[in-house]
Amino acid sequence: MSSFTFDGTPVEFRPGQSIGAALIAAGIRSWRTTRIAGRPRGVFCGIGICFDCLVRVDGSPNQRACRVIADEAMTVTSQEGTGHGDLAV
Amino acid sequence: MARVVVIGAGIVGAACGYFLARDGHHVTVVDRGTIGGGTTGRGEGNILVSDKPPGPELELARWSGALWHALGADPGSGVSTDDLEWQPKGGLVVATGAEALAGLMAFAERQASAGVECAPVGGDDLAGYEPHLVPGLPGGVFYPADQQVQPVRAAAALLRAARAFGATVRCDVEVTGVRVDSGGAVRAVRYRSGDGVREIPAEVVINAAGTWGGEVSTRLGAPIPVLPRRGFILVTEPLPQVVRHKVYTADYVANVASGDAGLETSVVVEGTQGGTVLIGASRERVGFDHAVRYQVVRLLAAQAVRLFPMLAGVSLMRVYRGFRPYCPDHLPVIGPDPRVPGVWHACGHEGAGIGLAPATGALIADLLAGRATRVTPEPFSPARFGDPSAPTPRVPGAPRDAGTVAWGASA
Repeated sequence: MSSFTFDGTPVEFRPGQSIGAALIAAGIRSWRTTRIAGRPRGVFCGIGICFDCLVRVDGSPNQRACRVIADEAMTVTSQEGTGHGDLAV
Repeated sequence: MARVVVIGAGIVGAACGYFLARDGHHVTVVDRGTIGGGTTGRGEGNILVSDKPPGPELELARWSGALWHALGADPGSGVSTDDLEWQPKGGLVVATGAEALAGLMAFAERQASAGVECAPVGGDDLAGYEPHLVPGLPGGVFYPADQQVQPVRAAAALLRAARAFGATVRCDVEVTGVRVDSGGAVRAVRYRSGDGVREIPAEVVINAAGTWGGEVSTRLGAPIPVLPRRGFILVTEPLPQVVRHKVYTADYVANVASGDAGLETSVVVEGTQGGTVLIGASRERVGFDHAVRYQVVRLLAAQAVRLFPMLAGVSLMRVYRGFRPYCPDHLPVIGPDPRVPGVWHACGHEGAGIGLAPATGALIADLLAGRATRVTPEPFSPARFGDPSAPTPRVPGAPRDAGTVAWGASA
């Protein structure tokens, strides 16, 4: 089975599976914290509408885990808040 | 105390309702839709002195800025800072070239002599104000008096405070005309209800219908020219604070004052309390055309990225557009209309309605009370349109009965 890395750990996925589905299958339920209260978030709607399952893929923040098809070469990392904390002034 | 109907629950109608109710008038604010559902909800919430040359509008803006400050900061106002999302953040106008800088400095000098607080910022000091600004700009001017609110929340907050002073707010009420007495003075405001027409008794009716103020003025029998000027705003995904002030380029001022009908764009960027960054500003005279023009969106995005290169790595969440209500002479219409006693106007604020709203409401309240006014009201007077001695135009099809004349298509 193929795998991508999530926060440094390999996560297996089947061809065509989304990052979100693969994470849930691996028992990982949350991978983002909210902007203000820092609460955990994962897949909510699962169909690309709610933007709750945001994750960082290959360095790009705010990717919807439920919409991005998993790939062997991907580096997926959990995201804090806006995912753009480095831009704060 | 008068019975007053304010037409329009946008920011200007809300401010009129607030100041009139505070004076003790019997106020009803009506809107054919929802609170802030027209132009108020389609802007950025800017309260600016920086973009105005010396003149009547700047005087109104300076007073209005002080009133916003009082509304935001004074616990006695009945309006809370949190409700307004009030941010007295200041504005930074930057020049992109030497010629633009010279023009900006001359403009700022004229403003300073009219009492506007402003400070030149050297090119090397711009980063201290806005660390993400593209390096190499020759300089700019900082205006500490520029402020920002969340416009829909601000309108709702003003109306909530107006209600606390006794005002009534009614949505889904579309005014069709007024009933006047044999002397031609307003007695009631008429609105459609189901199959019939109902009335709200009033001696004073205030046209605060924003971009639709022209249509409403015709229904009231006192037509004024208010026309739409379309603008787009781009909304980024939520970010930490990346832009501290309202930041725009010096050519924005020229665009605001321009009479050109074609597309004009300039870069206007500001953060919001909600985390999004708003990007404007475009101006087009295309009537009430709602179509989204992606060329304009692309242009605005590209200009913003040139000014703030870090925005290239940020996603846009949505785009919205609205219609600024402009008058041919670029001044709002505020005050009583000499053609129909009891009809007042408070509209035509173009892109400055949020900023000018409190002073508009306060000016109307002062004029109605016969008090001395803080600014000279004449430049804003509806008397500048049409000849007051000419007979009031009659709306075709309006019935006429003994002793009363009714204006309005379904009256």
